[in-house]
Amino acid sequence: MSDNAESPTESQKEEPQPPSDDSTTNDEKKKIDVLLKAVGDTPIMKTKKWTVDRGRTVQSLAQFISRFLKLEASDQLFIYVNQSFSPSPDQEVGILFDCFGSDGKLVLHYCKSQAWG
Amino acid sequence: MADDKDVLRDVWFGRIPTCFTLNPDEVTEREAEPYYLLLPRVSYLTLVTDKVKKHFLKVMKAEDVEEMWFEYEGTPLKWHYPIGVLFDFHASNTVLPWNITVHFKNFPDRDLLHCPSTSVVEAHFMSSIKEADALKHKSQVVNDMQKKDHKQLWMGLQNDKFDQFWAINRKLMEYSTEEGGFRYIPFRIYQTMSDRPFFQKLFRPVSPEGNTHTLGDLLNEVFPAAVPNEGVATANLPF
Repeated sequence: MSDNAESPTESQKEEPQPPSDDSTTNDEKKKIDVLLKAVGDTPIMKTKKWTVDRGRTVQSLAQFISRFLKLEASDQLFIYVNQSFSPSPDQEVGILFDCFGSDGKLVLHYCKSQAWG
Repeated sequence: MADDKDVLRDVWFGRIPTCFTLNPDEVTEREAEPYYLLLPRVSYLTLVTDKVKKHFLKVMKAEDVEEMWFEYEGTPLKWHYPIGVLFDFHASNTVLPWNITVHFKNFPDRDLLHCPSTSVVEAHFMSSIKEADALKHKSQVVNDMQKKDHKQLWMGLQNDKFDQFWAINRKLMEYSTEEGGFRYIPFRIYQTMSDRPFFQKLFRPVSPEGNTHTLGDLLNEVFPAAVPNEGVATANLPF
């Protein structure tokens, strides 16, 4: 649960990737498609759709977004499902996809401040 | 729900006798006595341990105190799991009281979330409530509530007030008779023999043939390895 973006449990090689053309196969469903949307004055990401390992945690995804947006270390980043709740930081995105995904993707909103109490 | 009130009460008032001991490596001005508490199963460690903190701070210098965290037999205890889950998961085979070690140094960032204030616990708790209602009612019930209702749920938990909590939580547990149950049952499965975090899946309370599902049906479908009695430590409803 480190704030440190270079946590030893993840390797740079497993960064989320923009989906390839045949993303429907998604490596036998070991990966899922995630759509990342900014809320409020949080910077947007030019690439919104990412292919992410199912086993990646919400916290590790948040660290990836923070690095991608070059946020200050002191900036917090909140992630929301269904524009309603923050998933537990140790939850795997694959499980969120199974429970809250639709149309073959998981939509997550991210925000530098608390958007939905 | 009325008939279940005794059960709800018994669950709510479930307590675990616990002995908190200061980690011997902490610097103290005099010997720290252990501190005993009855921990509510349905609450969170960082919400009910103010007295533990005060007790140990009496024998410590302010400069030797960083964020408090807890450990049982070498395992850092995740405050964001309910206390009952932590006990069943790590210590259900031990003799009571549950011996927890208290630390004020070397916070294990890789294992634990920081908890600088009770507002962090509140945010986590309310998110669990909202996530559960997304599964139960497509979030309709929790979204229809007023801010003061959310506050009452939280205050009920924080102050250990069963009636205050259930006056609101009752609405979150309702469903119409023709539906026969929630849309999906919110549940989490924690595994002892795995590094993976808890597991969830969509599961309907009633089968397509109209039969009411049991806990056994749920385990059979989502976690067959756990049947008859291997692997799974505890299944708990996130309220």
